[in-house]
Amino acid sequence: MKQEAFASSSDRVEVCEDVDVTNILRILEKHNEDRGGLIAILEEIQGEYGYLPEEALRIVSDRSRRSLVDVYGVATFYRSFSLKPRGKHLVCACLGTACHVRGAPRIVEELKHQLGIKPGETTPDKEFTLETVNCLGACALGPVVVIDGHYFSKVRTSRIGQLLDEARKGFDSAEIGKDKRIFPISVSCPHCNRSLMDETLPIDGYPSIKVNITHDHEEGWLRLSCLYGSHNIAAELDIPGNTVVKIHCPHCGLEILCTSDCSMCRAPMVPMLVHGGGVVKICSRRGCKNHMLDLV
Amino acid sequence: MITLRINGLDVSVEKGTTLLEAARFLGFAIPTLCHMDGLSPYGACRLCVVEIGEAPKAKLVSSCTYPAEEGLKVRTTSSRVLRARRMILELLLASCPQSKTIQDLASKHGIRRQRFKQEYEDCILCGLCVRMCEEQMMAKAIGFRNRGENREIGTPFDVKSDVCRLCGGCMYICPVCQLRCTYNEPEKAICGGCMNLSPPCIEKEPFDDMMCYMDPCVACEIQNNK
Repeated sequence: MKQEAFASSSDRVEVCEDVDVTNILRILEKHNEDRGGLIAILEEIQGEYGYLPEEALRIVSDRSRRSLVDVYGVATFYRSFSLKPRGKHLVCACLGTACHVRGAPRIVEELKHQLGIKPGETTPDKEFTLETVNCLGACALGPVVVIDGHYFSKVRTSRIGQLLDEARKGFDSAEIGKDKRIFPISVSCPHCNRSLMDETLPIDGYPSIKVNITHDHEEGWLRLSCLYGSHNIAAELDIPGNTVVKIHCPHCGLEILCTSDCSMCRAPMVPMLVHGGGVVKICSRRGCKNHMLDLV
Repeated sequence: MITLRINGLDVSVEKGTTLLEAARFLGFAIPTLCHMDGLSPYGACRLCVVEIGEAPKAKLVSSCTYPAEEGLKVRTTSSRVLRARRMILELLLASCPQSKTIQDLASKHGIRRQRFKQEYEDCILCGLCVRMCEEQMMAKAIGFRNRGENREIGTPFDVKSDVCRLCGGCMYICPVCQLRCTYNEPEKAICGGCMNLSPPCIEKEPFDDMMCYMDPCVACEIQNNK
């Protein structure tokens, strides 16, 4: 047993079962070799597995000329990285000063009671992981609870059961119309300023955003849902996932491009003007859901 | 060349020289725990504090990391420096009361009692071993992990590191010397640096875990005051 634990890292990489070496290498390839990219790499690995497996960290240090000590030091330094497997849903309760005086300890007690675990632990059915943070920067909205990246403000103990039920079902299946975080926007081309809205083929019951795309020398239209927060699309071409497409304006034909790259996958972002002032940017990679809205 | 004034003495040093090196060049003793020639300066123990600048804007800086500046006025033993140094030593002593090195330094600075709760840690996080491993042994087997009050030194995942050659450099260099302290079996000691020929204090009832090397003995002093 001991021999196994002391085996060299290259042996280790071969015996590991849960971690796919090619998967990690793909993540590593995306990021450049300099030291600064480490946190981005770890974030992506954690996004994939829900935590940072030991084998994954060893592969990262082996293949990217970083020492294991440095990788391990960064992985243990930041609270958002976990070296232990986490549950499907991450429940994060804020215990900062403002949330604390507004009753966050009672919220944490209720979460502990309902989930049957202490902060930092995972339920036996691997559904929920409970964590506390010291401040989320949303003090005016306290007490704040974050479940799977969705923020809930002014949480009362009576609401917790409902929130956990919703989390079990998944927040992404939230009903359009009932959810205030999903709202329609109208956009226009940044070059010719003509509207991209198209009423002939509605998506989600609203007019869709129509643009032309080119991929692999083929051209076709792409219709996006105009609901901010909805990722529904309709496309003429069959685009395989993970490919970057070029997006053109159907009116002026110019390629819609912007100087910034996607913060998640580094594909170019596509800007569109929002009526009433502002810019919405979407990632040009199929399957990447990164987007940002900048309202003036 | 940069000219600066240390304790009223003018000295010319090359660009990039630290205040600590300049002061030591002039013969002014500045105590250090985390500094060692051949390792990069780190500024962790803060024992090397000196006062720079003129009266209302004078400030304390760690001399091991502060580069010499043209016309800088440095005081290495002003009352403010000594007071800060004594406080740092008291805190270090509270975290690692068993360390002979820290006890000697504390004794030298006139600390006669421990006002803080003793923690009996075996590390002051000075980073000497980490730098030794990385810079002199080219190994990078140990490093810092976790953060804040949980910060500690160790190998990744707490298993023996593949790159460690068991050179013992980290233990040799450690000022807290918990790891290498085998004073009653000196032949087994790696360096013998913590070998103490005078017996540890006998009257140490309230300090059961402590081996008191201080002169005069802290435990006895406190007991005598009772």
